[in-house]
Amino acid sequence: MVSEPAVTESSPARVARQLDRSKAAPRGPAGDQVPGRRRGTRRWPPPTRAYQAFRVINAIILSLVAVAVLFPFLNVLAQSFSSERYINAGQVSLWPRGLNVTTYEHVMSDPLFWNNYRNTVFYTVTATVVAMAVTTCYAYVLSKPHLRGRKVLIGIAVFTMFFNGGIIPNYVLVSFLHMRDTVWAIALPNAINVFNLLVMKSFFENMPPELEEAAAVDGMDTYRILWRIVLPLSKAVIATMTLFYAVMFWNSWFAAFLYMDNQGLFSVTVYLRNIVDSVTSVSNGQLAAGTQVQIAANIQAVTVVLVAIPILFIYPFIQRYFVSGVTLGAVKG
Amino acid sequence: MGRQRRAGVRRSWRVAARRDWRLYSLAIAPLLFFAVFRYLPMVGNVIAFRQYLPGGPLFGDQWVGFYYFDQLIHDPNFWQVFENTLILGALSLLFGFPAPIILALLLNEVISRGAKRFVQSVSYLPHFLSTVVVAAIMMQGLATNGIVNQALGWAGHAPITFLNDPGWFRSAYVSSEIWQYAGFGTILYLAALTTVDSQLYEAARIDGASRWRQTWHITLPGIRPTMIVVLILNIGTFMAVGFEKILLIYNPLTYPTGDVISTYLYRVGIVSGSFSYAAAIGLFESVIGLTLVFAANTFARRVLGAGLW
Repeated sequence: MVSEPAVTESSPARVARQLDRSKAAPRGPAGDQVPGRRRGTRRWPPPTRAYQAFRVINAIILSLVAVAVLFPFLNVLAQSFSSERYINAGQVSLWPRGLNVTTYEHVMSDPLFWNNYRNTVFYTVTATVVAMAVTTCYAYVLSKPHLRGRKVLIGIAVFTMFFNGGIIPNYVLVSFLHMRDTVWAIALPNAINVFNLLVMKSFFENMPPELEEAAAVDGMDTYRILWRIVLPLSKAVIATMTLFYAVMFWNSWFAAFLYMDNQGLFSVTVYLRNIVDSVTSVSNGQLAAGTQVQIAANIQAVTVVLVAIPILFIYPFIQRYFVSGVTLGAVKG
Repeated sequence: MGRQRRAGVRRSWRVAARRDWRLYSLAIAPLLFFAVFRYLPMVGNVIAFRQYLPGGPLFGDQWVGFYYFDQLIHDPNFWQVFENTLILGALSLLFGFPAPIILALLLNEVISRGAKRFVQSVSYLPHFLSTVVVAAIMMQGLATNGIVNQALGWAGHAPITFLNDPGWFRSAYVSSEIWQYAGFGTILYLAALTTVDSQLYEAARIDGASRWRQTWHITLPGIRPTMIVVLILNIGTFMAVGFEKILLIYNPLTYPTGDVISTYLYRVGIVSGSFSYAAAIGLFESVIGLTLVFAANTFARRVLGAGLW
């Protein structure tokens, strides 16, 4: 009864278009012809010399921006493959010197590193599943315009964007609930990100109501409509939100640092944090400890690479989802 | 009449409950979440007025009135970190707020779509990294033999211990914030730029307005609502300046400039166990933060004609 291809959303481009459509701001009649306008306007009148000079300078500035952003990454990558002698002498910039992979072998042979990596995967998956379940339910409820008390329910969520209890009461609460040393200390206090909630809510609001009405006439109840009709049609937004949460939990370190008391429960970000911390404290000491600092710096570079790699690897694929999500959230939130 | 209306309200609630009880049931878990993990901690701030002992009752043992606020007012360390917070917050706002706008305007002038997309993709990247990764990259890059000091060396400058020098801490922090967030911040502005009416540009061109004047009189007013929203949101995080990052990159040497309210209360509360005093500091911080947001919003609504709510 529901013809699938008619409304199935899968490509990011479609999401982007759908997001665009939801924009409340009045758009010029040009609408989607923005690229066309550009091409047209640049030819007439002919660009002045000042503008041509500006374009050259602009290209230089933006190239410098790209270089400034990338340089630190490439430098750390180069250091991770370099031997400590060259790092020590400050001779490693963009290309590894004294190429070797012994530091990688060293870090990867540490059982604690793999243990913490597994923990990160486990925490990320659990927390993301919990967060998606709770966020989806609430976003769906909030998207129903006829619902009585809807404004209050929205207000309850939005208020927490501007005021929160602060770290001490949260810490006291999590300890009080005996959630320390469990995944719940990470998953539950962050189960709903209000920004994500609002993005999902506006996605649901933009779905054509006819499908749900038809399903209701066919005798489906709310649960089944959500599960069988709404969710299958929301794959794009679900994918986006899952990525938002997964990246957030993968990157988080403070909750694990705060609530995990034994190193077998640390996430890999806490593992890296402890390296960062030891580098700081060593370099605070005498310069005589120079060699030690360098070994730590070497290991630090490798750990940075290994922690960031999953994100860097999926980054090209997730980037546009993030962009469309942020744009939608901004328009509605 | 009042009673009648109340009866009517009650009846319509009953109708709503009967019709939508399944929808309401879906809200139970999320509401529990908000109650327990968002609103209960707000209430939990009462321990700022009560004596709390670790392991004791959630809301502390006994009332002590303004004892901890009195302590706060007479704590020279607090005023030091308060000042640091204001300076660091102001610097972050001063440089962090215009950076994405300028970058977005520059990107908007790029004609080659490929080049534009490349710069965008690259500049968004740091936003996706963990704060720990960013801190580690800073450690590497700003070390005495890191790339920044290498560049200084080529220029014939002696190496600087950026992260151990209180005089450099603020610059290092603010630069890293711009490095991390300026690119991603352009998304909102670039989206807003596409909504500026192209007819305005055509009209301006016919009137002989230069590109610069077009930018000043059409583009900037066009993205003003976005700027206001972002500014208010930035002001909202003013007091809580980069807690996680500062916690990672500061050290006792840089406390004089780097220690802020949130890191101080973390050390007072969680490291030293003075929960009540730390809660008092936290409450002080959030009340100022909330006041700032409301003030900014009211100002934006009255003077600029557009606010966040």
